[in-house]
Amino acid sequence: MTVRLLHNKIELALHELRTGTGRPLLLLHGLGEATPSTLPERFEQWPGPVFGLDFTGHGESDIPIGGGYYCEILMADVDAAIAHLGQVTVHGRGLGAYIALLIAGARPSEVRGAVLDDGPGLAGGGPEPGSPLVLTLPPATRTPDPLALVELTRDVRPPDYAQSFVRQATHLSGLDQPLTVTARTRPAWLAAVAGEAGVATADVATALGWYAAL
Amino acid sequence: MVILTYPGARRPDRTRRVDTSGVDLAVYEWGDPDAPPLLLAHGGFDFAGTMDLFAPLLADGGWRVVCWDHRGHGDSAHVALYNWEADIRDAVAVLDSIGPDPIPLVGHSKGGSLLMQLVNALPHRASVHVNLDGIPAKRNVPDVQDHARTRLLAGELAGWLDFRRAAADNRRRPGTIDELASRRARMNPRLDPDWLRYLVTIGAREDDDGWRWKIDSALRFGGFGPWRPEWQLARLSNLGVPLLAVLGLEVEEMGWGTVPEDLDGWMPPDSRVEVLEGVGHFVHIEQPRVVADLVLEFLA
Repeated sequence: MTVRLLHNKIELALHELRTGTGRPLLLLHGLGEATPSTLPERFEQWPGPVFGLDFTGHGESDIPIGGGYYCEILMADVDAAIAHLGQVTVHGRGLGAYIALLIAGARPSEVRGAVLDDGPGLAGGGPEPGSPLVLTLPPATRTPDPLALVELTRDVRPPDYAQSFVRQATHLSGLDQPLTVTARTRPAWLAAVAGEAGVATADVATALGWYAAL
Repeated sequence: MVILTYPGARRPDRTRRVDTSGVDLAVYEWGDPDAPPLLLAHGGFDFAGTMDLFAPLLADGGWRVVCWDHRGHGDSAHVALYNWEADIRDAVAVLDSIGPDPIPLVGHSKGGSLLMQLVNALPHRASVHVNLDGIPAKRNVPDVQDHARTRLLAGELAGWLDFRRAAADNRRRPGTIDELASRRARMNPRLDPDWLRYLVTIGAREDDDGWRWKIDSALRFGGFGPWRPEWQLARLSNLGVPLLAVLGLEVEEMGWGTVPEDLDGWMPPDSRVEVLEGVGHFVHIEQPRVVADLVLEFLA
């Protein structure tokens, strides 16, 4: 089942991949991806319901006119899902891993564990801006929006900015380890995150086991 | 329709629309249509009508002045998303509507900073850059302990997310012309109240229950993010065209508080810094004649 959530002028698609009771697991896809149509096997161990959110310009969510993407907006996409679902545990792939970090820091009471996993768009634009680029594209007719692919591969992710979200999560969530890095790839922001107190390193099954037990 | 007047203010001679990737932009022109063109960019939370004092002076100096309302501002379309890159794409669309040749790019505040990045990305589109108090410098970060900093950021993050949750239903608060002018005075404390009342009749619309600023209610001042002012300084030294930087030295909330020393070592060749003592961030509104003369002289 899919529900549509309104985030400002954008309707987001929130897909229920498995029904259940208890705290939901919320899956955040990578850049250019969408929520899978069926529950991937690796998440079957989760004891509660499982949902997946299509970010703005992705999957079955709306495409904004004229781009303007940045990661904090996608964080607010996730917040719209949290407003609907209540407390969640999140698993993010690639771009979704960075967004999972942001929302874990920004809504530390609502996010009960965030798993940061490999996937498309993990690195973003690096720690500092590159050479400026102006690329004009015709209006998108289908997802993923090409402007999302351009803008969200160029967004800057300074390590100390990422670390500030870790500290929000560790200081304010009440959890010993609110974040778990499962990604093998470690762009600068993620290497900095993995080195912070309160951030665990584990495989996905182990991380989900910890957070399911909370 | 209420139109107030203000000494020296002149509405544009022509208006037109430009479409960029489906975003409908309001474009304004002052001056002879056959005069050499220049592009003028307003600052954040402003609109082209805030150039009604300054643009006519450039037009009377022999220029075709082209300005536009940034997306979400003035009479341009409200869209779902706003960011720096999108504003620059919009500026390029307005440039394209003028022609392919390099022309002067003149911008105030955010508009100056946007155009500076545009010059970096597309140096073949600019002949010179004039930046009116729009060069960011490193802000003084209060010396607070980590724990207090965490609390501050937590408040900002939650406040912003709460704002986004409500954004779909938000509308600008209605009021009288005087009420909107006095609200704007919080951002423009140094500007003449009569000027602010004049701006209301352009930048706001009159609904049944009162006047409302036209700017998209989803836009919010301030906030947080990864952006650092020093990155913009690094772009400054890469500029390939002459630069005139005008700084107003009176510090106010809407400005960066940049002082000439901040620019030491960053200015590109053939550039000039002009410092206006006793003038705030809105240099072109507080001292339109002085700033227009500086610009006209530089362009000559």
